[in-house]
Amino acid sequence: MNKILKSIYMPILAVIIAIIIGSIIMLVTGFNPLAAYASLFIGAFGTLPNIANTLANAVPLIITGLGVAIAFNAGLFNIGAEGQYWIGAIVATWIGYSFKGLPWYIHIPFALIGAMVAAGLWGGIVPGFAKAYTGAHEVITTMMMSYVAIYFSHYLLEFGPMMEKGSVPQSPLIKDSAIIPTILRNTQLSYGIFIAIAAALFVYWLMYKTVWGYEMRAVGFNQRASKYAGMNVPLNIVLSLSLSGIFAGLAGAVQILGVQHRLYDSFTSGYGYTAIVVALLAKNNPIGVVFSALLFAALGTGSQYMQLNAQVPGQLADVITGLIIFFVAADKIIEVLKSMFKKQKKEELAS
Amino acid sequence: MSALLEVNNITKMFPKVRANDGVNLVVEEGEIHAILGENGAGKSTLMNIIYGLYRPDSGELKFNGEVLNLSGPHEAIEKGIGMVHQHFMLIPVLTVAENIVLGAEPGGISYNKKKANELIREISRNYHLEIDPDAKVKDLSVGLQQRVEILKAFYRHAKLLILDEPTAMLTPQETEELFGIMRNLKNQGISIIFISHKLDEVKEISDKVTVMRRGKTVGTLNTKETNEQELANLMVGREVVLRLEKSEYNPGDVVLSVKDLTVSDEQNIEKVKNVSFDIRSGEIFGLAGIDGNGQTELIEALMGLRPIKSGVIKYNNNNIEKLPTRERYKLGISYIPQDRQQEGLIMKFSVADNLILKEYKNSQYSKNGVIQYKRVFENASKKVEEFDIRPTDYNLLAGNLSGGNQQKIILAREVGSNPKLLIAVQPTRGMDVGAIEYIHKRLLQLRDEGSAILLVSLELEEIMSLSDRIGVIHNGVIMDILDGKSATREKIGLLMAGSQIEAKKVEV
Ligand SMILES: Nc1ncnc2c1ncn2[C@@H]1O[C@H](COP(=O)(O)OP(=O)(O)OP(=O)(O)O)[C@@H](O)[C@H]1O
Ligand SMILES: [Mg+2]
Repeated sequence: MNKILKSIYMPILAVIIAIIIGSIIMLVTGFNPLAAYASLFIGAFGTLPNIANTLANAVPLIITGLGVAIAFNAGLFNIGAEGQYWIGAIVATWIGYSFKGLPWYIHIPFALIGAMVAAGLWGGIVPGFAKAYTGAHEVITTMMMSYVAIYFSHYLLEFGPMMEKGSVPQSPLIKDSAIIPTILRNTQLSYGIFIAIAAALFVYWLMYKTVWGYEMRAVGFNQRASKYAGMNVPLNIVLSLSLSGIFAGLAGAVQILGVQHRLYDSFTSGYGYTAIVVALLAKNNPIGVVFSALLFAALGTGSQYMQLNAQVPGQLADVITGLIIFFVAADKIIEVLKSMFKKQKKEELAS
Repeated sequence: MSALLEVNNITKMFPKVRANDGVNLVVEEGEIHAILGENGAGKSTLMNIIYGLYRPDSGELKFNGEVLNLSGPHEAIEKGIGMVHQHFMLIPVLTVAENIVLGAEPGGISYNKKKANELIREISRNYHLEIDPDAKVKDLSVGLQQRVEILKAFYRHAKLLILDEPTAMLTPQETEELFGIMRNLKNQGISIIFISHKLDEVKEISDKVTVMRRGKTVGTLNTKETNEQELANLMVGREVVLRLEKSEYNPGDVVLSVKDLTVSDEQNIEKVKNVSFDIRSGEIFGLAGIDGNGQTELIEALMGLRPIKSGVIKYNNNNIEKLPTRERYKLGISYIPQDRQQEGLIMKFSVADNLILKEYKNSQYSKNGVIQYKRVFENASKKVEEFDIRPTDYNLLAGNLSGGNQQKIILAREVGSNPKLLIAVQPTRGMDVGAIEYIHKRLLQLRDEGSAILLVSLELEEIMSLSDRIGVIHNGVIMDILDGKSATREKIGLLMAGSQIEAKKVEV
């Protein structure tokens, strides 16, 4: 228990400091921080539909965040989750609309697995082998592959083979048998949330309880010692990046089957990038990813409401997001603040 | 002489551990003050407090009569305190000069290379610390890297220099050089705090010795008025046996047989040339040599960590030179690598996880790919007790243990698995006398139970007291294999230096 507390202590502190600084900014610029945060909170959790939308927003962040966290755990920086997400979405959409007459219990798993395999290969094979055997840095290769994926999907949708008849750059709708049903009517919340939570539990189990997770983490912390212990370091790099891609791809697929039901030209809102922040805030802990994804999802849904009701510009939520990222990345700063605080207390006591 | 540094009643808690518990210490101007203490006694913690890396929970530091309230090393440096850590903190790809001036560049933002080099040359001259400012740190020997660390301190005008186990990684020759430097500094009025587990070194170089035990300072002695036995007893708190009892040499079958082995380094330069030797069961084979004469390449080749050029490696009569590293472990070979932090441990894994680093895949610890943590913890609590790893909480990260206790984790894993062949490189590096006594006993016990042991050490003392036979390597060639009983220091020394003929003369 103590251990858990200790590991979430810094991220929570980072969030609190970000909120405080956010208040100061609002005060200085003439807004009422209490009202703003209240409406932010109501927007995210105030009504059942709001909660549902926040949860729905969290789904792709959780799953992609898990993918990024896996790579981080293995000491690898998968910056291309966005592209792997697209690959997953493309394949899920294609399987979703081109196969007719399948029962849902075959069609949905088929689409999900197809998307995972494709994204796993996309993220794992090229960047993985390039890293393992030539040392090419995965930040570069995953990002390149990401661009390729994104432009490839633009091509598919804009007068490419996946474009629906007509002039709108979008794919046909997927078949009903491939749709993951909605839990709450008129919201975007689908049963995909259970896939996300199951994925988090699975990744936790995989990383901390299995031989494979043990190896991936060992390689992530210290390649040399892992090699000396007899592990196959290059193989582990390829596998970790693949696994990372698999989850980013799953996220894209779940979003298509559960929410979008078709591929639009601009259907992502940068989940692959936000996922990096999600994983960082969670300190790469798979269970932590669920909570940190919820936080960012809540900031997303809440900020729209805040903009309408407290007349605070929605960008303020972005500022808070930015501050959180800053303080997470710079936990050294927090250490310093903490020690300054301690020193002061000591001096107070002494005087 | 007056007190330069005063440490009054310092206490420092880590989660679950009181690392420093009312520590007192006085260091005078111009003295070399040794700190002795068991692994985990709190020496490095105390040094880190003096250097401003850790904040004490209570107590007071005085430097030059002024109370220090350090918020970081930069303040310690400003006051004139320099430190060379147990594990170096240099940036390998930068040059000597760049490493030295890093963070305090002359000319501010725009790095003035010429000026920096000049400054460094001047300091080298003043303190007799010769070095090439343009060399890349990664190309330097350990001894020279250490010199860079020392220069770094004096570039920042240190008056007190803290050396945390500076000799643990040095060859005897390098140690002598370091002592020369230290004497020089002392003559210039610099004070030095010197940490070492080697009693003879403490005896040779220090003016005073302070002994620490379990977080407390138990006394300060004048070096001249004490002896090694007294120091050892004071440190451990019981009578320590500094002499080894060794049973009769009773060799069995050949376990490891190396024939005409040639190995190259990354630049394709032959580092091991046509080496042949056998090690039998029930035998400790010592490999003596000056660092960098092919030992590393030889051992890595034996473990499958480096390709061989030609030759044969046989284990129990089967060729193993093509087997991957893991397969060699599976055959019952154990390996203690030279660098515990880089090669032997995952610092961010717990002690328990580190204890299964070679065996996590075996049916003993995993079923269908799932690690059986109940067994892992059982193993951990057993090993922690057996090898006296402190603290005993096996859920701690290895990186949070003291240097010597980190080494004990590796030993517990490699020796505790009762290997048929143990390849041990500097197995007792950084361990206190009590722990060394225990490890030496365990090694002899392994030997008596019929294991074969290849012991590589830069310390002749260790090789000579343990080995049944001693191979001396020079420039990648085994110069001679001597009988452990009759080999003399002088003869091994000559062979290590590459002089076969001189060595022959000694025999007569
Ligand atoms: N960062 C840390 N977190 C938790 N515990 C620590 C940390 N650093 C040191 N300790 C604990 O404090 C105690 C003292 O450690 P320290 O490194 O000072 O010992 P030492 O005397 O230098 O030992 P050695 O001779 O093995 O280097 C040990 O029990 C160690 O496990
Ligand atoms: Mg230490």
